[in-house]
Amino acid sequence: MAEKEIDQPTGVETTGHEWDGIKELNNPLPRWWVIVFYISIIWSVIYWVFMPSWPGINGYLKGVRNHTERANVEASMAELAAARSDQMSRLLAVDNLGEIENDPELLQYTLKAGESIFGDNCATCHGAGGQGFKGYPALVDDAWLWGGSLEDIQQTIRYGIRSGHPDARLNTMQAFGRDGILSSSQISDLVEYVTSLSGREADEAAAARGAQTFAQTCATCHGPEGRGDPAQGAPNLTDHIWLYGGDKITLQETLYQGRGGVMPAWSDRLSEEQIAALAVYVHSLGGGE
Amino acid sequence: MLDRHEFLEKRGLVLTVAILIVVAIGGIVEIAPLFYLESTIEKVKGVRPYTPLELAGRNIYVREGCYVCHSQMVRPLRDEVERYGHYSLAAESMYDHPFQWGSKRSGPDLARVGGKYSDAWHKQHLIDPRSVVPESIMPPYAFLEGKVMEAEDAEGWLKANRAVGVPYTDEMIENAASDFSTQTDPFADDYDGFVARYPNAVVRDFDGDPRHVTEMDALIAYLQVLGTMVDFETYEPEENYR
Amino acid sequence: MTSVTPRTATATTGGGDIPFIAAALGVGLLLALFVAARAADPLMSAHAFIFAAAFVGGGFALVHHVSSGAKADPTAYEFGVVKAGVFASVFWGLAGFLVGVVIAAQLAFPNIFYFPELGWTNFGRLRPLHTSAVIFAFGGNVLIATSFYVVQRTSRAKLWGGLAPWFVFWGYQLFIVIAATGYLMGVTQSREYAEPEWYADLWLTLVWVVYLLVFLGTILKRKEPHIYVANWFYLAFIVTIAMLHIVNNLAIPVSLTGVKSYSLFAGVQDALTQWWYGHNAVGFFLTAGFLAIMYYFIPKQADRPVYSYRLSIIHFWALIFIYIWAGPHHLHYTALPEWAQTLGMTFSIMLWMPSWGGMINGLMTLSGAWDKLRTDPVLRMMVVSVAFYGMSTFEGPLMSVRAVNSLSHYTDWTIGHVHSGALGWVGYISFGALYCLTPWLWKRKSLYSNQLVEWHFWISTIGILLYITSMWVSGIMQGLMWRAYDAFGFLEYSFVETVEAMHPYYIIRMSGGLLFLTGALIMAYNLWRTAKGDVREKEFAASPALAPAE
Ligand code: HEC
Ligand code: HEC
Ligand code: HEC
Ligand code: HEM
Ligand code: HEM
Ligand SMILES: [Ca+2]
Ligand SMILES: [Ca+2]
Ligand SMILES: [Cu+2]
Repeated sequence: MAEKEIDQPTGVETTGHEWDGIKELNNPLPRWWVIVFYISIIWSVIYWVFMPSWPGINGYLKGVRNHTERANVEASMAELAAARSDQMSRLLAVDNLGEIENDPELLQYTLKAGESIFGDNCATCHGAGGQGFKGYPALVDDAWLWGGSLEDIQQTIRYGIRSGHPDARLNTMQAFGRDGILSSSQISDLVEYVTSLSGREADEAAAARGAQTFAQTCATCHGPEGRGDPAQGAPNLTDHIWLYGGDKITLQETLYQGRGGVMPAWSDRLSEEQIAALAVYVHSLGGGE
Repeated sequence: MLDRHEFLEKRGLVLTVAILIVVAIGGIVEIAPLFYLESTIEKVKGVRPYTPLELAGRNIYVREGCYVCHSQMVRPLRDEVERYGHYSLAAESMYDHPFQWGSKRSGPDLARVGGKYSDAWHKQHLIDPRSVVPESIMPPYAFLEGKVMEAEDAEGWLKANRAVGVPYTDEMIENAASDFSTQTDPFADDYDGFVARYPNAVVRDFDGDPRHVTEMDALIAYLQVLGTMVDFETYEPEENYR
Repeated sequence: MTSVTPRTATATTGGGDIPFIAAALGVGLLLALFVAARAADPLMSAHAFIFAAAFVGGGFALVHHVSSGAKADPTAYEFGVVKAGVFASVFWGLAGFLVGVVIAAQLAFPNIFYFPELGWTNFGRLRPLHTSAVIFAFGGNVLIATSFYVVQRTSRAKLWGGLAPWFVFWGYQLFIVIAATGYLMGVTQSREYAEPEWYADLWLTLVWVVYLLVFLGTILKRKEPHIYVANWFYLAFIVTIAMLHIVNNLAIPVSLTGVKSYSLFAGVQDALTQWWYGHNAVGFFLTAGFLAIMYYFIPKQADRPVYSYRLSIIHFWALIFIYIWAGPHHLHYTALPEWAQTLGMTFSIMLWMPSWGGMINGLMTLSGAWDKLRTDPVLRMMVVSVAFYGMSTFEGPLMSVRAVNSLSHYTDWTIGHVHSGALGWVGYISFGALYCLTPWLWKRKSLYSNQLVEWHFWISTIGILLYITSMWVSGIMQGLMWRAYDAFGFLEYSFVETVEAMHPYYIIRMSGGLLFLTGALIMAYNLWRTAKGDVREKEFAASPALAPAE
């Protein structure tokens, strides 16, 4: 074996081994390194004593603190609920949600709550500010499919629309074309008529023919003048607000294949307080009926 | 002690064996107990094996790498429970081969996304995420639409899953192909049989095209079942602290 | 690749194993063709054809080898395979960094870099392509190449196994090609860093066992009395990766002629098995293996002895023992039982000093030669690498503390941590080794240009800093936004608001990645010219004596 020697620049002895010209110094372990290593071990042992740690045959060391994150989160949820309860419980105590709007302090609180819940649950469909997308109604205007009173809105949120929930709002716009209820010429006449309802230019002869069909077939839901019926979720066709679109191609499509958007029910996912807060929040977006 | 290290330094095979022993210990002590300690998986009602269609959707979820952006693991932390719902239980993924807990949340957690949105929303979101969420960074999956799937493949998936321990019955395996399409058709002949085999499974046409069972159907069926199985009414949290 | 096909590639073996290799290739070819013909899905038939083509290629190489009649020279080192490894490392490195830049661009500009009808370009498929390309294709080739070099030099013995090292090299490239094409086609097990499907896993197992035999065989016939510390680390890396790979990939295929398989474990057990693997892929692939590189190349380039033999011993055994336990820190607050999380956390803390033992040994090896950092950019790169190693092994234990992890987990903070280790430590130590190896292997007096190394160093360093600082900010911001409550006690931000807030940081990260890639391109050019034997006129004009050798 090679001889141990003293390394020039550092004055430390080598181990005497050499591989491909590489030698090793025989420096001791740095003291601070050893100390910190020991501290980390001691700290770990202490931690094991306090927290759930080593597994055995039938169980594991539970640790003297009996720590469990599941209990912690329940406690912290309860704490949060308690901190909110002053205001939140008042949301359920009111006879009607309108009272909330008359109490500025409670209203501010409720709107904050509603806004927060809206962001993660509703904005994905109705847009971050409630502006809506095609097929997903805008909540910022004052046109409502199913009624814009606080109670109507609350009901819509709680049970949804065509959501499969037993109490959901149900009525749908049939597929008049696909199901063969109306002929294609009837549909194109209706398209002209519906176009004219919102005061836009349309083929007058066709619209006149369409008006007749409308009175027979559509008026039950959309009303004789096409002003809609919130009890049945039938939209007003005379304003310029469209859920799917008012251009002729989209109207044609609506009449041919029908419509029936789905709004999920939230009663299983959100608490009654949260739904109340959302109703107030949504109501405030549109100015409210 | 250091002098004794020479012993290892001079013997390649002994060094190899020593290394193997030293690196085997930690894994054995940590992983093995998970298989025998009763507290590992909570006792809950409702968790059932995936239906053939859900399993097909899960295969697509794996294939497309959704797990690189989405976790399926709600941690017991206040903000997560508020945002996503009840913290996830080990029982909820006990039939997940492999698990899909994820390690990065570029998108939101999906552990409880089932029932949160409509099928139509999922379809539109998958085809073009930015058409519904303008700020989204999620990739578009338009190619899933209209991609027809083979019902016959389902039997093999169920069999392989049974081989790794999922309790699929002979009946489930026999009916795999028909159950696969039955789930998209509430008027199918064997509707009752299907629902009996897979309690609480949702039966409907998921992608708006009742003529075919497509990859879009399968993926949405999977998304809609996520987090909906456990019956939390009967869940006893204190008994499952660990 | 032809330029590196070695004339010197010769067998210490007699002709005895040639028929055996030919038979194995034949059997492999038949099997591949059989599977291709009866494949249960088109993906499997595509892969079977790739296997078949590879075996045919292997056959041609064998014929060429036999007919060229190269004589075995049992005294000469086997460096041909190392040269090939240098080439492959650079190639895969560039590919992996490029895909990294692409996926970074996708997150920064989703409207531009996504293609709705092209499933294979989606983030979910490209991200595993990136991670596997950088870790296994780039890192793996660097590890195999350097280990073959180092073990020969420090054992004073030619590589064991005749043609076996070449099988390891090409077998490994085949694995990479199967894995990468698989990801693009949607073939994946969804196990992070172990995504390839069952048949690719089996193939890698075979290649890895031969790798272990070659490495161990060389150690066993060494002419040095002691095994050098770098080789302990290489050995730990090879042995442990074999163990991890086999256990984590246990699965049942749906059909022997189809790609799809289902993991043997489910849910919580599967999760811990995966992260036992995933964490130790970091510990043994990205740490132990690259520490081995450090232990050879830093003393060599600095021309100084290793700082402390005793530290080597203690930190080696402590590191490999403790690393294995730390996996559960990837599963904090999940449905993994808390006792396991506690073990993961405490062992991660105890891992801090053993990790720093490597850093101390690397840095202190420069005692008495610190001045070289000013003049030698290659050495500087390796030293900065060790500093990054120290930084990420401090950050790691910090992130393992449950309270910290509750914030960092799921966020970009993890991504920042990963890349301080990946770009800083793994990247720079690899670049350093490649800069050393190229002139040594091709017998050049120096690199083509030191100036270009300087450029590489500074451009990449700015890139790394942009990358990791932007991810720290974005990660911590994201974590804080998720848990922020307003004065009324409600969640302050929706999820999409956090996505929106990260946009600027994603652009910065992408720019950083682009700089890192630029640096690597400069390196590729420099190494290419070096191998060709060129010397940059300007820098060496003063000393004409340094004309290219040969
Ligand atoms: C899956 C997408 C989706 C989500 C999520 C969603 N909605 Fe809706 N919502 C709809 C659709 C679709 C309609 C219209 C249904 C129709 O076509 O009649 C609607 C209708 C409504 C209406 C009735 C509008 C009117 O004009 O009468 C209200 C109010 C409403 N949503 C509020 C909410 C609130 C509050 C939330 C969150 C708790 C929410 N929505 C979540 C899809 C959604
Ligand atoms: C059974 C009740 C019912 C009948 C009859 C009915 N509708 Fe509707 N209609 C609805 C409902 C409900 C909606 C809203 C569907 C939705 O919210 O998805 C609707 C939506 C529409 C829309 C889409 C409005 C928009 O904003 O995009 C048009 C246009 C329309 N109906 C026209 C007609 C015409 C024309 C007829 C006669 C052929 C008709 N409807 C008959 C219930 C009905
Ligand atoms: C690049 C990352 C990325 C990938 C890959 C990705 N997503 Fe997403 N995902 C997001 C982001 C960001 C959001 C939040 C914005 C939005 O709703 O689009 C999201 C939202 C979602 C949502 C709505 C969740 C909610 O509660 O609002 C679902 C469902 C979803 N993704 C499913 C998928 C599926 C299925 C895949 C794979 C086929 C996938 N994602 C792949 C990033 C991604
Ligand atoms: C003492 C050493 C180290 C410890 C204790 C450690 C700890 C950690 C922790 C706590 C995480 C986050 C897990 C999560 O929240 O999901 C993590 C992730 C990661 N670390 Fe480290 N780390 C160490 C060193 C390194 C080094 C040197 C690298 C080299 C590149 C590295 C690469 C990674 C990778 C790739 C991930 C991401 C895993 C994933 O989620 O996909 N780590 N590490
Ligand atoms: C040009 C340089 C690089 C760029 C631009 C880049 C970019 C990226 C991006 C965008 C991601 C995905 C992050 C996310 O999902 O949010 C990622 C992940 C990852 N990269 Fe890189 N990368 C680069 C180099 C490297 C290198 C050299 C390595 C390893 C040696 C590496 C290892 C990883 C790993 C392990 C992950 C997964 C992290 C996790 O899951 O937690 N990257 N990279
Ligand atoms: Ca990850
Ligand atoms: Ca695998
Ligand atoms: Cu780790």
